[in-house]
Amino acid sequence: MTKLLQTLLDSIAVGSLYALIALGYTMVYGILQFINFAHSDVFMLGAWFSFVLARAMGLGGAGSGSIVQSLVILLGAMLLCGVLGFLIERLAYRPLRKAPKLNVLITAIGVSLLLENTGQLPQLLGKQPARMPSVIPDLVLVEAAGVQIRLVDVLVIVIALGLMLFLQWLVFGSRLGGAMRAVSQNQAVAALMGIPVDRIISFTFVTGSMLAAAAGFLYAAKYPGLNQPAHSTWVLLGLKCFVAAVVGGIGSIHGAMAGGLLIGFVEMFGAAYLTPHLRDVYVFTLLIAVLLFRPSGLLGLARVEKV
Amino acid sequence: MSLLQVSGLQVHYGAIHALKGIDLEVEAGQIVTLIGANGAGKSTTLRAISGMIPCSGGSVVFEGRNLKGLNAHEIVRLGMSHVPEGRGVFPHLTVEENLALGAYIRSDKGGVKQDRERALDLFPRLRERLPQVAGTLSGGEQQMLAIARALMVRPRLLLLDEPSLGLAPQVVQTIFQIIRDINRDGATVLLIEQNAHMALHVAHRAYVLETGRIAMSGPAASLAASDAVRKTYLGAHE
Repeated sequence: MTKLLQTLLDSIAVGSLYALIALGYTMVYGILQFINFAHSDVFMLGAWFSFVLARAMGLGGAGSGSIVQSLVILLGAMLLCGVLGFLIERLAYRPLRKAPKLNVLITAIGVSLLLENTGQLPQLLGKQPARMPSVIPDLVLVEAAGVQIRLVDVLVIVIALGLMLFLQWLVFGSRLGGAMRAVSQNQAVAALMGIPVDRIISFTFVTGSMLAAAAGFLYAAKYPGLNQPAHSTWVLLGLKCFVAAVVGGIGSIHGAMAGGLLIGFVEMFGAAYLTPHLRDVYVFTLLIAVLLFRPSGLLGLARVEKV
Repeated sequence: MSLLQVSGLQVHYGAIHALKGIDLEVEAGQIVTLIGANGAGKSTTLRAISGMIPCSGGSVVFEGRNLKGLNAHEIVRLGMSHVPEGRGVFPHLTVEENLALGAYIRSDKGGVKQDRERALDLFPRLRERLPQVAGTLSGGEQQMLAIARALMVRPRLLLLDEPSLGLAPQVVQTIFQIIRDINRDGATVLLIEQNAHMALHVAHRAYVLETGRIAMSGPAASLAASDAVRKTYLGAHE
């Protein structure tokens, strides 16, 4: 019973982080129909920016930060990654707006490699792994039936779900979201409605990057050992979230949320009840199963078209 | 001064010279039609006017303002609304959401509500289908939605690209009747059609486009009566 509840808690925490990152993949895919491979690097930089900001605020000794400091770091990392996402789209992808999709895809891989490797320059983040200062106090809030509910888990879940609710409102409840959905379905016609298509695309990148930054901060707070910028851990994490987006149905906002949580559950339960060594195998097995039996994803759009 | 004045308009698609200098004029309050065979450049003309594609020469002047350098999304704000070829409804959005996007540029809520009612009165079929996803509408209903959505801009000039394409004859009749009603309510219409018979019937003035050039122009009634047009576009026999 204890193990079950503990695994459940971990699944929700990790799954909601995956969901936050998966949203960025799915939003960009929905609007431009290509996979932004640099997205996992934005997530990585979200974690590293949090680290740099925490250091700059003098955290890192004994003791831990306050809630206010944590919020400042979170918002700072989101802001920096938002700017980064804007620049990536503006400088790397927009000039290729009329080029074949494959060119954009290869460019995305290039941007990804560029970010990972410049991050290793000694003047920037360096090659050494680092340890994230404990910005969130390591408190056990509740201990029941042997399950420890830690503050960091609660914050991860609350912030991640809060951001997802906000995104839900943004995309499905606001005027801007209407414009985003229009652009994702037909750019030329969206322009005829008076929608500034380029600005909406920029906004989509900024939003996705900010969500990835929030995930990066929360990930670093939960797992404080930060690997060097180009360490394959980040690529693998990013890839898993891409899997989450595909499993949920790429292009679908709700699909990304559901896919992230599902991947979290599969990974955590597999690790807890089967063997922890194969945690990535469970995730990719699920991917294969979905691609075989439901290629458009669990919540993928069933395309109804009439002429 | 005319509402729309197009002079020497040229468009290139790569090496293809699609429009070789088009001159046309649309007077306020009229229905003007542009007829011609497939590939003559009708849609290209419309797209160049509304800013969907760049022109390589000539000028488009709308209400005395040169549209050079403006993007499609800026031109809509000047009061020109374009119903594109193939209708272009947003297939995964509902009829209601499609109409709301038509009014994207407007902030006068009261006026938008009024125009929505007027559009739904014009197309009662759409009122029954407000919560339905647009991709599941029939072709005729999609065409109605595309026109209703374009009217949400409250345009002074409405550009229509082949509204009759692929529709049953009865639906075509309805659509043309509505084009007349829209015009009577005050909107000027520039209409592109392959169905020259219907187009010349509703229009005040007509232009005939042949391989990127204006071949003939004049009052619609007199073009409909001319031998050349009757033979080539109306299928009349000797």
